Amino acid sequence: MKLHIANGRVIDPANHIDKQQDIYIDQGRIIAFHTQPDGFNADKIIDANGLIVCPGLIDISARLGEPSHQHTDNITSETKAAAKGGITTLCIPPDTDPVIDIPAVVELIQDRAKHCQRTKIYTIGALTQGLKGELLSEMLSLKQAGCLGISNGLQQIDNTLVLRRAMEYAATLDFTLFINAADPWLQSQGCIHEGMVSSRLGLGGIPEAAETIAISRYLLLIEHVGVNAHFHNISCGKSVKLIKEAQERGLAITADVSAHHLHLSEHDIGNYDSLSHVIPPLRSTRDREQLQQGVREGVISVISSHHLPLSNDEKLGPFAETCQGISGLETLLALTLKLVDDDELSLEQAISNLSQKPAQVLGIDAGHLSLGGNADLCIFNPNAENHCQPNDFISAGKNSPFNGWSFNNEVVYTVYKGNIVYQKG
Amino acid sequence: MTNNQLTEKGQLRHFLTIEGLNRPLLTEIMDRAEQFSSISGRQVKKVPLLRGKTIMNLFFENSTRTRTTFELAAKRLSADVMNLNITTSATSKGESLLDTLHNLQAMHTDMFVVRHAQSGAAEFIAQHVAPHVSVINAGDGCHAHPTQAMLDMFTIRRHKQHFPDLRVAIVGDILHSRVARSQIHALSTLGVGEIRVIAPKTLLPSNTQTLGVHVYHDMKTGLQDVDVIIMLRLQFERMQGALLPSENEYFHSFGLDQQKLNYAKPDAIVMHPGPINRGVEISSDVADGDQSVILEQVTHGIAIRMAVMSMVLGSRSEQQESVE
Repeated sequence: MKLHIANGRVIDPANHIDKQQDIYIDQGRIIAFHTQPDGFNADKIIDANGLIVCPGLIDISARLGEPSHQHTDNITSETKAAAKGGITTLCIPPDTDPVIDIPAVVELIQDRAKHCQRTKIYTIGALTQGLKGELLSEMLSLKQAGCLGISNGLQQIDNTLVLRRAMEYAATLDFTLFINAADPWLQSQGCIHEGMVSSRLGLGGIPEAAETIAISRYLLLIEHVGVNAHFHNISCGKSVKLIKEAQERGLAITADVSAHHLHLSEHDIGNYDSLSHVIPPLRSTRDREQLQQGVREGVISVISSHHLPLSNDEKLGPFAETCQGISGLETLLALTLKLVDDDELSLEQAISNLSQKPAQVLGIDAGHLSLGGNADLCIFNPNAENHCQPNDFISAGKNSPFNGWSFNNEVVYTVYKGNIVYQKG
Repeated sequence: MTNNQLTEKGQLRHFLTIEGLNRPLLTEIMDRAEQFSSISGRQVKKVPLLRGKTIMNLFFENSTRTRTTFELAAKRLSADVMNLNITTSATSKGESLLDTLHNLQAMHTDMFVVRHAQSGAAEFIAQHVAPHVSVINAGDGCHAHPTQAMLDMFTIRRHKQHFPDLRVAIVGDILHSRVARSQIHALSTLGVGEIRVIAPKTLLPSNTQTLGVHVYHDMKTGLQDVDVIIMLRLQFERMQGALLPSENEYFHSFGLDQQKLNYAKPDAIVMHPGPINRGVEISSDVADGDQSVILEQVTHGIAIRMAVMSMVLGSRSEQQESVE
């Protein structure tokens, strides 16, 4: 398909581009900017006047609910949801069911993804067999199967010796370690942030120290072993400080934050609103400000949806008995750009946090608009009226706490490998 | 959200938590309980206020006293009462909790009295019952036990005149106590001069002072000049979670014996929501002594629950009349 994207404001932080120019696409690649190549006859012209054209978004951590023991058909619905959210690349952590600890599971996911052709799906392999924290997984074969990194998902490795050896083995293969840091014991009694709200509601608290102790332990081992590492879903201000200090010491570490932690706090739990039940928990308003500052300063370089689609039943019950998670693919861009409206981030940085930076962390050739490069694009209207209505989500999960929020932006087209995979209806 | 327990006119629609209720309402509950407590002294202990109403006691967690006093209260108001003890294992999923509820609702229940091990369960049930059904919280997890707090306030009022002049100390496992949380809200709403909590740090929630209380870690300074001492029950499981080393050491530091009672005002009253662990949080001589009002609390429980039930269902009939 030959595609001509006309009159759009092209923002590509990777190439330091921010100007109005046309883009010409053929056979899935960008073949020209500005001037139409000779003999180019567009099959479709998108008039992007008043719209912003940027690299397709890269979501560094999204759980799709497939494979799972519930035999869901989620890859279809979730890649459609991703396309609606402007996301052209996403990365699945290994804590699927079965766990991504053998190449066959990677192949299963890739096979399902191939039928969808809307989003590039990457996988992160399991650090230990079954994520049990006891035996090393066959990391080399996982790497050969295409896993971009290695991680123990939300399962923590209690045994520090096993953790050290797993990190050393990963470092041998030049694998980046992806970490969800939480002290399993300090976390075990709680379901929300330990603070004012947990005290008032009588819900078990997860103290900030559950995260900071785990991060400190990892940082010391990372320094000792010399492995590249990335921290997922940081929730506390003090964690930002720990990571910043380690980066200043020269450690090869990066970090991401979820879009919801940049907007919500413990107070949004209100009167036991299970839609705000998420792990790590929503922290204090001060933590939220420090996370925003961490993104602004570049300590946290990536913003992710940390998407987890859940059924209504899984969110129905007394708070502590409900499942943790937020459906975030369709609000990732909107929430990130809201930070631009709130003067927390520049537009260029916001786009970079969703494209260039996650590509760097994952080590993939994506997240930029370059001549001859992949034509994965997100085209959005920065002056739209967009009211968030989770019941209208394409995702199988309507579990979003952002019902009724207003956004000034909206995805209009998503282009994946030169094909229009989403067009606003 | 907190006030979805109130009707538009500010009357009780449900009774889920003390938080968010105002002083006149709490006073009205106690005034009405005062009227009902005289009934208990009569030969015929019944009034026909709730005749024809069906009340279900839904206990997802075991309790003898609370359930019995709710049952007696409902019977003295002439309501039909059903007691259902539902083990949590049968309803470990929210879905089946709602199924249970909808089934019982289909039997034309007017009110559920609910006890559940999860904080927020009563609120959750109140959000999902039909509009004509009321919910009374008989204890949800570590969150609230509002009728217990009201019977405690009623007991205090009978012994002490003026709430603002009082100094009240709550002693023990505040962290896991729904009773303490409700008492703190009730005491502050009624304008009590000073509320203290006395406990080791392992049994206090984080940021306890944000609940509007002064925190003490020893009985000698904590009980100094207090008018009311509320002892909380210590659950035996607490030793398992490494929160305390032993019952002995706990009693030594935080158990109320005559010597520690002497730090308080000479006319201080001693309260306990029961059932008491003699020799763990309170010594026998204090529990059975002159300053103890523990058994009175049990008696008052019936009058308070009659008051709350009649007010909640009363607001319903008024609503219906105004619709008609």
